[in-house]
Amino acid sequence: MSPMAFVYLAAVLFSIGAATVMLRRNAIIAFMGVELMLNAANLAFVAFARLHGTIDGQIMAFFVMVIAAAEVVVGLAIIIALFRARQTISLDEPAELKG
Amino acid sequence: MIEPWLFWIIVVVTVVPALALLFARKPVHIAMAVVLVMVGLAVAYVSLEAPFLGVVQIVVYTGAVMMLFVFVLMLVGVDQRENLKETIRGQKWVGLALAIGVALLLAGVISRTAITAQDRPAPAAPEDIAAALFSRYVIVVEALAFVLITAAVGALVLTYVPRLKPRATQKELQAARIAAGADPVNKPMPGVYARHNALDAPALDPQGRPIEDSVSRVLEIRHQTKDGEEYRFAMQRMRRELGIEDGPIDDGRMGDGPDAPDRDGEGRA
Repeated sequence: MSPMAFVYLAAVLFSIGAATVMLRRNAIIAFMGVELMLNAANLAFVAFARLHGTIDGQIMAFFVMVIAAAEVVVGLAIIIALFRARQTISLDEPAELKG
Repeated sequence: MIEPWLFWIIVVVTVVPALALLFARKPVHIAMAVVLVMVGLAVAYVSLEAPFLGVVQIVVYTGAVMMLFVFVLMLVGVDQRENLKETIRGQKWVGLALAIGVALLLAGVISRTAITAQDRPAPAAPEDIAAALFSRYVIVVEALAFVLITAAVGALVLTYVPRLKPRATQKELQAARIAAGADPVNKPMPGVYARHNALDAPALDPQGRPIEDSVSRVLEIRHQTKDGEEYRFAMQRMRRELGIEDGPIDDGRMGDGPDAPDRDGEGRA
């Protein structure tokens, strides 16, 4: 079985993550959708690295993991700050911002 | 290359829990499902000849990131109800259509790629990863160091709450309690001078009356207290036997019951 199958799997996981971001209202669940999209990209990187027989795709996946870890820290801090200000983590509430 | 059965196991272990992101109700269940997705992806990395990334995936994602998610879930309230009222009409169907469109677009692009898979995978032991990281990609590693420091400082800044008033000292807290009408001294312990050593028996004051405050409020709410009445009755009977006229008990023998040995006959006088 070719590693290309994993690229299709990555596409499916990416779509599920995108649908989560678009459909869920809970900020933490939407954020998990972002994480799933990042992981799908990682899977595609690793599958392409295997397809090409080089190590560079794995290095890129490693960098994505580092960026994702930093992003989670800042994102969750924003969610906590939002919760402190509004006592809710619903993504619909900040719609009041529109003037 | 890759065993088909392994691929299909990975598909089941990743796609099915990933669908929980869309359909599950409770955020904690979703977080656990995403942990399962991460483990499945780690298996996928190992099967794609990337064992180092597989281990890093387990350590970073299931160990750190998802646990951080669960931690924040507990912090901001696990039982936050999700508002199901649609603020944008038809958002659900538009979002689903867009997601399916993205999937079809990606699948179309992937099906048109013509990459012939190499038979021999690149060596991807930690030594090889390190050699690549610190030679060709060393600038990127340095930049990532900046990113991580910035993220750490950013998290500190975002969650910092400035103190508006100086912290109250213990002296001020105590003065506030007294001003609110609290008893300046400690309440007596329950069971003091009572017949048995238990939390449910109120302490008796020097006149032999039970002190209501000495018993925990929780026990009173549960009706698990004794009011001391039965002991007072026993003491009155004892005093009748000893020939003492009724009146306030003031001879300091509150602890003794009718069947306790009389101490040196002092009470008989």
